Amino acid sequence: MLTPRYGRLDLKAGRVEMTHGAGGRAMAQLIGEIFRPALANEFLSQGNDQAIVPLPAGGRLAMTTDGYVVSPLFFPGGDIGSLAVHGTINDLAMAGATPLYLTANFVIEEGFALADLARIATSMGAAAREAGVPVVAGDTKVVERGKADGLYISTAGVGVVPSGLDLSGDRARPGDAILLSGAIGDHGVAIMSSRENLTFETAVLSDSAALHGLVAAMVAAAGPHLKLMRDPTRGGLAATLNEIARQSSVGLQIEEAAIPVRPQVAAACELLGLDPLNVANEGKLVAVVEPQAAEPLLAAMRAHPLGRDAVRIGTVTRDDQHFVQMTTAFGGKRIVDWLAGEQLPRIC
Amino acid sequence: MKYVDEYRDGALARAVASAIRAEADPARTYRFMEFCGGHTHAIARYGLEDLLPANVRMIHGPGCPVCVLPVSRVDAAIRLASQPGVTLATYGDLMRVPGSKGMSLQKAKAVGADIRMVYSTLDALRIAEQEPGREVVFFAIGFETTTPPTAVALRMAETKRLGNFSVFCNHVMTPAAMRAILTTPDGVPLDGFVGPAHVSTVIGTAPYAFCAAEFGRPVVIAGFEPLDVMQAVLMLVRQVNAGRCAVENQYARAVTPEGNRKAQALVAELFELRDAFEWRGLGVLPNSALKLRPSFARFDAEARFGVETLTAADNPACDCGAILRGMKRPPDCRLFGRTCTPENPIGACMVSSEGACAAHWTYGRFREPVRAVPIEGVLP
Repeated sequence: MLTPRYGRLDLKAGRVEMTHGAGGRAMAQLIGEIFRPALANEFLSQGNDQAIVPLPAGGRLAMTTDGYVVSPLFFPGGDIGSLAVHGTINDLAMAGATPLYLTANFVIEEGFALADLARIATSMGAAAREAGVPVVAGDTKVVERGKADGLYISTAGVGVVPSGLDLSGDRARPGDAILLSGAIGDHGVAIMSSRENLTFETAVLSDSAALHGLVAAMVAAAGPHLKLMRDPTRGGLAATLNEIARQSSVGLQIEEAAIPVRPQVAAACELLGLDPLNVANEGKLVAVVEPQAAEPLLAAMRAHPLGRDAVRIGTVTRDDQHFVQMTTAFGGKRIVDWLAGEQLPRIC
Repeated sequence: MKYVDEYRDGALARAVASAIRAEADPARTYRFMEFCGGHTHAIARYGLEDLLPANVRMIHGPGCPVCVLPVSRVDAAIRLASQPGVTLATYGDLMRVPGSKGMSLQKAKAVGADIRMVYSTLDALRIAEQEPGREVVFFAIGFETTTPPTAVALRMAETKRLGNFSVFCNHVMTPAAMRAILTTPDGVPLDGFVGPAHVSTVIGTAPYAFCAAEFGRPVVIAGFEPLDVMQAVLMLVRQVNAGRCAVENQYARAVTPEGNRKAQALVAELFELRDAFEWRGLGVLPNSALKLRPSFARFDAEARFGVETLTAADNPACDCGAILRGMKRPPDCRLFGRTCTPENPIGACMVSSEGACAAHWTYGRFREPVRAVPIEGVLP
């Protein structure tokens, strides 16, 4: 078996590069070699997007934190404010937690337009109210011009996990079904369509949405048969499936023909030479469920507005190499890998 | 999606695959080189190997501009970018190409060089317009496909009288590389080429005539869609079976025999042949690359900044050279998948998403366990 030696980070002379933040294997390496050992504890080492911690008085608390550095700050279907609310709620929801409270920290660059700040704050408030998860504390810092890209938002969130529910990235087992809540790539294409150096016209809106309502319906439908959930954000569906394969030490077998991609998203990806499997989403989730509960769970997902287009995309397999393999629409086989660095258009 | 889905029709692909299986003579082997990385990528991404019979083998060629850029030119670009006041604008794939001593443009950027990723030559031009205090150098690479856009940018820089824009020219030419493949002593035996797609929209089909006339190798120009590749393979099998040897055009929806005359004229006006140019894996090839004509010297970064291209050796353990010539397959390289992965590329074939090693690693490595080979002592 081929065991790649990815090389260790050069802690003497190495520098942080853009790929260390791109959601691929380089970022996993940065976390694995710097943050995880430095901050080691039993919760962090589970490698989920949130931690489930016991409360002294009983019950379990879900905690998460996330940073938002999206460019541009406003995009079709959303902005950095609503995105920060949705993203943090979703990190809690993927553990089956009921999100309760958020906090927010704003790092603002000197010279940032107050009108834009007000628009972002208003959008953030509206998203929080709609989700029923208030922003209960905050912090504001201003840095000199040139030291930030306009505005960064960091959020933290807490929620409670219902007793008896145990969702975690390491619980997928051979034979389990892999479900996807809807079409992929909308958020990434919406963002790219509005980037300054890449503007193109598309009707695609970001799918940015809070998924805790959908998750509650799924938990009610599948109960203990539901093994794990994860939202395929940066790095796209490919990164999420590879994380699951690695955490659970299994392989995944998926069918290209089963994965929904809107025609406009497919067209934009063609134009830019991108693979929709690597493009970011902000309102979708992947679920792994025991096979006997797959159909009832799909029905429950389809009954919710955010899971209308839910589909089964594949099956968990036994695979010592933990590959995500895909049968292409052509009938051939390929690996679906983590993205290395950023996806780039072809040169010629 | 109109004009895309038609070329990814699974049922039609299976029909073409059946025809290939039926017509390929089981008593012989067919070895076809897909020249372009775009074809390599399509073969890997759509799992086309699974549709071809075992005696029809695809051999990956050198047709990826990132892969064939030698270490010395990467080093020169890094030196250029590190000069005070200089902004280097580059296509993203180039950022991670290893230069010597483990350096790359990405690493140079992380330690302070002003290197910006652009999607087109016009983005580079825009930076020059918006930041007149900086010297903006466009790191131009690519085959005949990307040369016309570079020429357009130069023409616009001239019209706009931009004094702070220049081009570090690394444009190379396809026919020269095909000739090098065919004349390599003890080279890989080939029965034909799947010819370049986008390149041919510019240069047409005529420049490949020598492959058939001088070397007796058929060429089928093909598009980058999976059905294009399958159909080209069938056309090659038919030529070989019939003992024919011609340049055929599968990609007739985009390629004409004469190509794009307007683009050719613009390129000829601004560029001239270099006597010799180094290609990674193929060595120094005569008349294989372009440089700016003396009348455009003021836009030529090499003249303007006194760029010196010093010889730099590839990592001795890296088999990119042999892989680019079709002599070895990616898993044959001792570094493949061990120290050399897309996250930590040692050779250029692993850097470019269209490189043979990256395509095999990303899409096809489940096909074969790679044998364990000690790697001590060969790290960069």
